[in-house]
This record gives sequence, C-alpha cells and structure tokens, in this order.
Amino acid sequence: MPELITYGIVLGSIIALGAIGLTLVYGIIRFANFAHGDLMSAGAYVALFVVTDFLAWVGIPDTNFGPFSFGWRMLIAFPISMVAVACVAIIFDRILYRKLRSKGSGAVIFAMSSLGAAFILRMVILIVWGADSLFYRPGMLRPAMDLPLGIKIRPDQVLIVIIAFSLIIFLHLFLQSTKMGKAMRATADNMQLALVSGIDTERIIIWTWGIGGALAAAGGILYGIDVQLQPSMGWNFLIPLFAAAILGTIGNIYGALLGGLIIGVAQQVSTAFLMPTYKPAVAFIIMIIILLVRPRGIFGGKSA
Amino acid sequence: MIVLKVENVTVGYTAVDILHGVSMEAKSGEIVSIIGPNGAGKSTLLKAIFGLLKPHQGKIILNDEDITGLKPDRIARKGISYVPQVDNVFPSLTIQENLEMGAFIRTDDFSQRLEEVYDLFPVMRERKKDKAGQLSGGQRQMVAMGRALMLDPQVLLLDEPSAGLAPLLVADIFEKVKEINATGVVIVIVEQNAREALKMAHHAYVLAMGRNVMDDKGEVLLADEEIGRLYLGG
Ligand SMILES: Nc1ncnc2c1ncn2[C@@H]1O[C@H](COP(=O)(O)OP(=O)(O)OP(=O)(O)O)[C@@H](O)[C@H]1O
Ligand SMILES: [Mg+2]
Repeated sequence: MPELITYGIVLGSIIALGAIGLTLVYGIIRFANFAHGDLMSAGAYVALFVVTDFLAWVGIPDTNFGPFSFGWRMLIAFPISMVAVACVAIIFDRILYRKLRSKGSGAVIFAMSSLGAAFILRMVILIVWGADSLFYRPGMLRPAMDLPLGIKIRPDQVLIVIIAFSLIIFLHLFLQSTKMGKAMRATADNMQLALVSGIDTERIIIWTWGIGGALAAAGGILYGIDVQLQPSMGWNFLIPLFAAAILGTIGNIYGALLGGLIIGVAQQVSTAFLMPTYKPAVAFIIMIIILLVRPRGIFGGKSA
Repeated sequence: MIVLKVENVTVGYTAVDILHGVSMEAKSGEIVSIIGPNGAGKSTLLKAIFGLLKPHQGKIILNDEDITGLKPDRIARKGISYVPQVDNVFPSLTIQENLEMGAFIRTDDFSQRLEEVYDLFPVMRERKKDKAGQLSGGQRQMVAMGRALMLDPQVLLLDEPSAGLAPLLVADIFEKVKEINATGVVIVIVEQNAREALKMAHHAYVLAMGRNVMDDKGEVLLADEEIGRLYLGG
C-alpha cells in the first residue's frame, strides 16, 4: 500500500500539471478545453522528435544523465517542447476560439470545437509517429531504488515529482508577485473590471493559453518518461484532469494540485483491488460523486 | 471651465436606444450628481462616458478633446476613472493588489500615489493584505474608489457608491467623496440617495426614461416641489 500511494503521488503530480492548465484556462475564459489532454500528448511527442531526430541531426550526443533513464538531450528537449506546445495552444486560440468568443458563442460550441482540436492533434501524432507505443530511449534498463516501508521507486519517478512541484511553485510565484500574474488573477476574478482598469484582457488570454500549454507539455513528457508514449495517452488523461480540476474547485490552481494528487493516489491504490484497466473509471466515478455531492469542489464556497 | 461635456448622446446596449439625446457637463472642481428613477439610464450614461458603450449619436468631450468612441483603457489614460455599480472589486485579490490593478496602465513608480490613497482610506492601509472579498460592503466601496483613484484621474465617475449601505456608512462614503473632490477631482456621481446627492452637488441632473428632465444647482433641485414629490419621496 505505501508503494501504491507513492506511485499515486507520481501519477498525481503529472495529472496536476494538466489539471492546473485546464483550471487556469477555465478560470479566465470559462471554457472547458477538451483538447487539454491532447496538448499533453503533443508535448510528449515534440520532445520525442527533439530527442531522437532533431538533436541527433544537430549532432548532440545523448550521454547518460545521472541515474536517470533519459539522457542529456531530454534536458534540452524539455523546455523546447514546453515552448512549442505553448505556441500550439496560443495558435488554436487565435485562429479558432477567439473568433468564437467575439461571436459570443455558447459553451457547447466551445466544447465541440475543442473536441475537434483534440482530434486534429491526435491525428497528426498518429500520422507522423504511428499507433505503436514508443520510448524516449528504447531498451533502457530502469532499475529501482529501495526506500523504507518496502517502497521501490525509480530515480525517474523521484525527479518527476520534483520537476512537477518546481513548475507549480514557479507558477505560484509568477501569479503572486509579478504584474502580469496579478493581472491574470484579476482577470479571472472579474474580466469586466479588468477591462475597466485598463488591463489588456486579450493579452492575458494569450498568456493563460501559453502557460496552460507549457504545463500540459511538461505533464505529457513526464508521463512519457515514466511509462511510455502513446497517441491516445493525453486523451486518456482527460477524465482524470477534469476530475482533479472539479474536485479542487474549478478555477483554483491549488485545488487542481490537490485534486490531481488525490485522483492519482486513488487511481493507483485502486489497482490493489481492481484490474489496472479500471483506473480511468476510478477517476470518472470520483468526478461523478463530487458533481453530485459537492459540485463546487473542495474549495468552493459561496461563489464560484 | 468645462472639463467634461456630454452632448446629445444616444446610446443603447443593442439596436434599442436607452438614452435619447442626453446632455450634461461638469466644470472643474465640481461634484455633479445624476438622479432619477430605476432604469432611467443613469448607469448607461456613465458607461457611455467611459467608452464601455459606443454612442450612436452625440459626442463626449474631455477638455475640448473629442473622446467619443475611444476604448476604456484609452479613456482611462486621458484622465477619467470609473467605479461600476456592482462587482467593482477583485474579490480574490488583496486590497493592495486591487489598488495595484488600478495602476495597471501606469509604467512609472506609483508608490507615492498608493500612500496618498491609503491616507484617504486609513482602514485600507491596516487591512492591505486582506482579500477584498472578505470586506464589508462599505469597505468594498472604499477599495473600489481607491482602485479608481490610482491613476490620479481628473474626473471620477461613481455609480451608486452608497447602494445597500447602512445610513452611517452612507454618510461616510459621501464624506470621502467630498474629500476626493476637495483634492481637485471632478466627480460625476449617480445616486439613489437623491436627497444626500443633491445636498453635496454643485450641479445636478435629473434623468427619466433616457432623457434629461431637469438640471440646476443641487440646492435649487432640492427645494423644487415637483422634484421632491417625484424623486425624493415627498
Ligand atoms: N447590459 C444590458 N443589456 C441590455 N439592456 C440593459 C443592460 N443594462 C441595462 N439595460 C437596460 O437599460 C435601461 C437603463 O438601465 P440603467 O442601468 O442605465 O438604469 P439606471 O438608471 O442605472 O437604474 P438603477 O437605478 O436601477 O441602477 C434599463 O431598461 C435596463 O433594462
Ligand atoms: Mg444603475
């Protein structure tokens, strides 16, 4: 059991990276982005391209990096992929969602068009990389370390949790202490008043997509490092992401972090009783229960 | 000297006009009150001045410059600030952050201005780390006004700052409005507390059904029998 909880925290920090982006975007533009999981896949595959093709072509050797299963190339690929997916998210907003916003489209139209965006991303991945599972470094042995309580954990997994939390702390500092971060929170609170205060809300929306996309990319890469790459990986994350965001009160990034960890742990612990294939169902059931019992989530007070 | 002038403005939210050729003006140093029944179009007039609604006809002039149709952030840069009737603070931001957002378009050092605003509302200084959403109605109005003052505006548009407040607090708010005015800020204030609003007004306008009904010195309207009967509750 302690081992499953540990794995749950690893999975949970990956879910949290996606859920925070989802909740951030929802908080500002009230828009449930069904393509968010596929942004995670995009991040994982862009990093794969950089590691196995681009950096190989440039001639940078993939020397081992500490005790980890990936090499130096991944250190370069990671930020490149975050920036690339941030751009993808922003481009989708500029060519698609912004038009819908200016027409005053309803929630269903937004949901449908983001579903379309999700399919486009997945199809591109399928066409370019095929349907098989892929690895950043095929054939790597991935030895585990022994921790107390009989927990076996791979160095990769420790690093995944550290990277996820570092990114989240970084986001926290950005939102709390920079002018742009404060303006983002102000816009999420009250877009009309933000406009009245002279805040360029379109610019805020671009930043929001960029941050959401970059965090999704990070989550996707970390999952790729931990498990494998699969064109449907992000899509399969969609329900855990929504469950985490709703559990933690939609719009609340700290809630999304906590929700992500809870969903991750619940999914892993469930494998002690259920077949692992039921993991997504666990997230789904938790989501349904929250929606029935406490639709505003853990931190939902009087106002949304 | 006329600072703000609204000339014959016709405006609405959709194709339907709400204001039909409304005019008003505010001279330097003045408090101008706008009163009238619910739905008269008082809030609509302030939104039109601040560029949130685009007039179909007529002009809005600030210091002899035509500002009709400019976007709110442009108008804010020209020296007008606006406090909406409802939802006029950022609830999850602290008081200090609310004020910082008021200064968002400033690129200079506004710490001096921040201190001046805190001097005007000392309670806010004590509670600057508190979230605006936790404040009482009266304190929220003060934060809302403070936010609008951060740009050091020439004209301050206030939409019912006393709405829903206990009588004692209403007096407080009006006291603050007079203090702000005494620092040289022209005030255009919409009020339901019409009697109080007329008392402090240098000049006042009565609107009904989207049209000017009457305008005069505050004390003249206060003494007017018909105004008293129709708009001041007898
Ligand atoms: N956002 C809106 N969209 C469409 N119509 C609106 C909107 N806001 C107000 N109206 C309409 O415009 C008219 C004038 O409204 P306005 O808010 O300007 O009145 P008001 O004088 O400020 O009233 P109150 O004293 O109730 O605040 C009303 O008929 C109202 O229904
Ligand atoms: Mg009104």
